[in-house]
Amino acid sequence: MLEITGKSVFGGVAIGPVKIYRKQENVVKRSKVDDVEAEVTRFDAAKDTAKQQLSALHDKALKEVGETNAAIFEAHRMFLEDPGYLDSVYNIIRTQSVNAEVAVATTGDNYAEMLAAMDDDYMKARSADVRDVSNRVISVLQGNAGDGSLGDEPVILLADDLAPSETVQLDKSKVLSFVTRHGSTNSHTAILARTMGIPAIIGADFAEDIDGKPGIVDGALGKLFIDPDEETLQKYTKQKAELDEKKRLLQELKGKENVTKDGRKINLYANIGGVGDVAEVLENDAGGIGLFRSEFLYLKKDDYPTEEEQFEAYRKVAQMMAGKKVIIRTLDIGADKQADYFHLDHEDNPAMGFRAIRICLKRPEIFKTQLRAIFRASYYGNIAIMYPMIISVDEVKRIKEIVAEVKGELDAANIPYGDVEQGIMVETPAAVIMSEELAQEVDFFSIGTNDLTQYTLACDRQNAAVEDFADTHHPAVLRSIETTIKNGHKGGAWVGICGELGADTSLTETFLRMGVDELSVSPSRILSVRDAIRKVDLSK
Amino acid sequence: MKEFSYTITDPQGIHARPAGEFVKAAAAFPCDVKIAKGDKEMNAKGILGVMSLGVKQGEEITVKCDGENEEAAAEALEKFLKENL
Repeated sequence: MLEITGKSVFGGVAIGPVKIYRKQENVVKRSKVDDVEAEVTRFDAAKDTAKQQLSALHDKALKEVGETNAAIFEAHRMFLEDPGYLDSVYNIIRTQSVNAEVAVATTGDNYAEMLAAMDDDYMKARSADVRDVSNRVISVLQGNAGDGSLGDEPVILLADDLAPSETVQLDKSKVLSFVTRHGSTNSHTAILARTMGIPAIIGADFAEDIDGKPGIVDGALGKLFIDPDEETLQKYTKQKAELDEKKRLLQELKGKENVTKDGRKINLYANIGGVGDVAEVLENDAGGIGLFRSEFLYLKKDDYPTEEEQFEAYRKVAQMMAGKKVIIRTLDIGADKQADYFHLDHEDNPAMGFRAIRICLKRPEIFKTQLRAIFRASYYGNIAIMYPMIISVDEVKRIKEIVAEVKGELDAANIPYGDVEQGIMVETPAAVIMSEELAQEVDFFSIGTNDLTQYTLACDRQNAAVEDFADTHHPAVLRSIETTIKNGHKGGAWVGICGELGADTSLTETFLRMGVDELSVSPSRILSVRDAIRKVDLSK
Repeated sequence: MKEFSYTITDPQGIHARPAGEFVKAAAAFPCDVKIAKGDKEMNAKGILGVMSLGVKQGEEITVKCDGENEEAAAEALEKFLKENL
């Protein structure tokens, strides 16, 4: 048995024969042309044919991998409309009197090198796209036609790297897994593997002599086994059966309600950290966004984000969620999340320091900018706001005064805004103890279990030495959650959980019995939590 | 000539897809359209040129429209950027 290790792109297990994919190589020979204008015309015709092929690939990809991932072929077609690219090809033909193949290959290489030299992994990965498109034009010029046939039996497909057009042309029903020598986690093969939900590995250094041999891919570990022994084969056959069953279940759960056997429904929302996460939220069928962390707007920057910048981000998410609830958490900077331009002093104990709502109340101008942006965006969807690190009723009253000022300013300027539910994070023992009074002031509570655990158990989250003491199932933590839910309901507030504990399916039944109204978890956990909810029977 | 500046808010910056859409929007106007970041200026009607600027979130770009219908072009492109990037 041979074991080859690469980098995991997508988990899962595949068992089957391996096949090494051979690229169609175009050999470009330089030749002199006498009639350069006829050569330009020949290029234009080939370019138009290539553009038609790319439109057809776009349509095929649309059906297979969805609009977001098919868009790359639209971009490819546009490469062949780029005035800079075309001028370069025309120029080379005309000034050097060479054949179109050479002009295209040279131009493609130049652009690919330019992108490869960029300080941006995404753009670096696009350099393969430029080469691929140029190759396509050369194939048309030379009359070569590529096809994606793989034979009858499904295979583990091995390749140096696969261009987007190659992956789309492949007969996907015959691919069990992708393993490539090169490529990045941003490459089209990686995206396709994730969309198809099949295991994939990149950076695997395999030899050519394994073609056709039996293999096993462990996507999660990034391992490829060739000629597996009986023990390995048995282990993975069993693992694969379990994974298949799980996958089938999860697919079945899409579009289903979050309802217990005895009919109690709760909301299941997703936590996100930026606009880019929304696609995954929709993909996993979340009912809304229960925690939209706004820190991404503030971190990795040199200065405060403007109201406009924030407004655009919030509006975009609200619109993409199309009427589903989006709960934006106001600035939660400080402690482990720092931005230099805030000029915060060094603190010995930042978890208990100047952070989150404390900064907002001491520096209301920062807070008001964010609130204005959120309220303006609320006109475009169903937005709610929650405030982090609350310890007292007085804080909430001060927040409400500031909110009233912001609304007054918007009214005066005739700027529209929607109905915005307002809630607080319950993540300090003080908020738990005061939850009955706090509930009178707000529409909802969202329990932040990570900080609540840290503060209740006096265990610093950043300190590995106390990790063993920070038991998230500690009765003090669970009892705090129960108290918060009970008191929240007493005061007319609905109560959700947005910390990591919300996704802990060993506690789903416990939370439901406590009467929780909403759970907000990372997008990838939505369906397994839904599964857990649907297995609970509260009448028993 | 009409000119305006805009700071990108999209976390992914101007990657291939929005670059393509921006190029299409620019190509709809007869005037010359240039897009610049720092001292690098590119033809905004070509996707490879726009991508090669590698514009990221928080970076400022300048768009220059010159020629027939430049006012309308600048207005439409500014609107496009605000709504999409």
